[in-house]
Amino acid sequence: MHDKEYKVSKPISDKIFAVVVFLFLTSFVIITLYPVLNTIVLSFNDGIDAVRGNIYLWPRKFSLKNYKTVLAMQNIWTGAKITVGRTVLATLTSLFANALLAFVVSRKRFLFKSGLSLFWVITMYVNGGMIPIFLLYKNLGLTGTFHVYWIPGMISAFNMLVMRTYMEGIPESLEESAQLDGAGYFTIFKDIISPLCKPVYATIALFIAVWQWNSWFDAMLYNRMKTKYTTLQYELMKLLSSVMQQSGSAENAKNGAATITPVTIRAAATVVTMLPIVCLYPFLQRYFVTGLTIGGVKE
Amino acid sequence: MARVKNENTKKVKVTWKEMKKQSFLMIVSFFIVVYGIIFYYWPLTGWLMAFENYKPKKGIFGSKFVGLDKFKFLFEDAVFIKVIRNTFAMGVINLVSTTIMAVLFAIILNEVRKTWLKKPIQTISYLPHFLSWIVVTGILHDSLSATGIVNDLLLKFGIIKQAINFFAFPKYFWPIVAFAQCWKETGWNAIIYLAAITAIDPALYEAASIDGADRLQKIRYITLPGIKPTFLILLLMNVGNVLNAGFEVQYLLGNGLVQSVSQTIDIYVLKWGISQNDYSLGTAAGLFKSAVSILLIVIANAIAKRYSEQRLF
Repeated sequence: MHDKEYKVSKPISDKIFAVVVFLFLTSFVIITLYPVLNTIVLSFNDGIDAVRGNIYLWPRKFSLKNYKTVLAMQNIWTGAKITVGRTVLATLTSLFANALLAFVVSRKRFLFKSGLSLFWVITMYVNGGMIPIFLLYKNLGLTGTFHVYWIPGMISAFNMLVMRTYMEGIPESLEESAQLDGAGYFTIFKDIISPLCKPVYATIALFIAVWQWNSWFDAMLYNRMKTKYTTLQYELMKLLSSVMQQSGSAENAKNGAATITPVTIRAAATVVTMLPIVCLYPFLQRYFVTGLTIGGVKE
Repeated sequence: MARVKNENTKKVKVTWKEMKKQSFLMIVSFFIVVYGIIFYYWPLTGWLMAFENYKPKKGIFGSKFVGLDKFKFLFEDAVFIKVIRNTFAMGVINLVSTTIMAVLFAIILNEVRKTWLKKPIQTISYLPHFLSWIVVTGILHDSLSATGIVNDLLLKFGIIKQAINFFAFPKYFWPIVAFAQCWKETGWNAIIYLAAITAIDPALYEAASIDGADRLQKIRYITLPGIKPTFLILLLMNVGNVLNAGFEVQYLLGNGLVQSVSQTIDIYVLKWGISQNDYSLGTAAGLFKSAVSILLIVIANAIAKRYSEQRLF
């Protein structure tokens, strides 16, 4: 980038600086990766053997039993099914709704353009809070159903704003010439704007999908009693939290790893939950990088 | 969202012809506004519950009005005072530490010239962002457990003689939460800063090199001023969120022994509102949080307006 090869001798301070950069980034990478790698390693280690500790980057006693145990749990399968379902459905509906809204508020000639924008921007700063929202969903009959996962959060002002910014960058002349050809607004949205918005659509779809995949609080709050609508993350939470809540008690501090769910099973469940996203995100990198950049800086 | 005003809107005359042409836009707007009213604006009427003794049977408009009684109860509750302190303290600590880490990481990563090195590091840095808080707190919990890596290392280097149970002592809780936030979001938050650095005119660096500036000086006099606008905008956007940053981690990592420092307003609302069914008290606590958040945004915005061109609205 800015380091064009000028023949200027490098000051000593630059050499020290290079060492600092190296040390910082090395520790950053280790601190980021190690805990995740260790979890994967533990998930492949024998459960009883793991209690002895000291397993770092390779399993000591290899075993697939943890995965067999996890995959034999009925609730994990139910959770996986619901999680995949809500992720797919919500990504599609929410992407469509946000895109349409962004399209409407980015039409320069639209009479209520600024009013509608303001209407949504306000929702970013003011909301009813947990209890009123809980009661609303209850009154609407959304609690205890699958629909609570995709209907309430369908439109989000933030996602809409990112898309609006992108759409505003598309030359108006495209829309005008289409209108001269007799195209209505829906045709313009479908055939002219949307094909040009593929990158930003991909970004927003990714945001929504990740959000959906990782949600657990809504499952706990609205569908605690409905085990058939449980989600993967919530099941993982139940598995892990029994251990975490215990760590406060004194006797458990001494016992260390000997807790309710063996650490290796928890590791296997963790890996199962994070696997799809961890495998996917490196390929989608360029989308979320451009998306964030549009939303955050260029405006 | 931050928007630099750039409106060269031609006034569109309100005519029947124009209305008819825009009918599709109007119909879509209508449905979207109805949706917004139901899911975003209607819950605001629930704020009334904070001022009454809400009984589900009587409904929001039929329950007995009790004025500020619920707020009085809140502010006389020593637990709630602690809860406010915790929320603020963790919000500020998290905001400051994550911002510093993101800026630092972006600047240092930008100093790596070799793409084959830079790209993989960046990819790795995003990884934690994609993990749920459940996974992150689970991993963190294992790392900090008696047999976890942190205790292992501390024991090996002789810094401690006996494994520490990090989750049993209040003094460790805030730093652990701040660390968790940094671990999860540094790489992600740095994306915007990296983009801002890329946008800096390379000629500035070239000129500085010719003048004999070393890399540290270039960072200080070119990079840092270059990312200042981005920094301010993000700070502005996040100030209003300071009180919102206190739920998932605290809920998942907290336990009985550290309750006095781990409970935040949202957890308090959940405990009273949902678990104890005292909807009015939960709403009052939530309303207090919203009011303070809005106040913070307005103040931050006013300050920003005064000292620079950056502002939110």
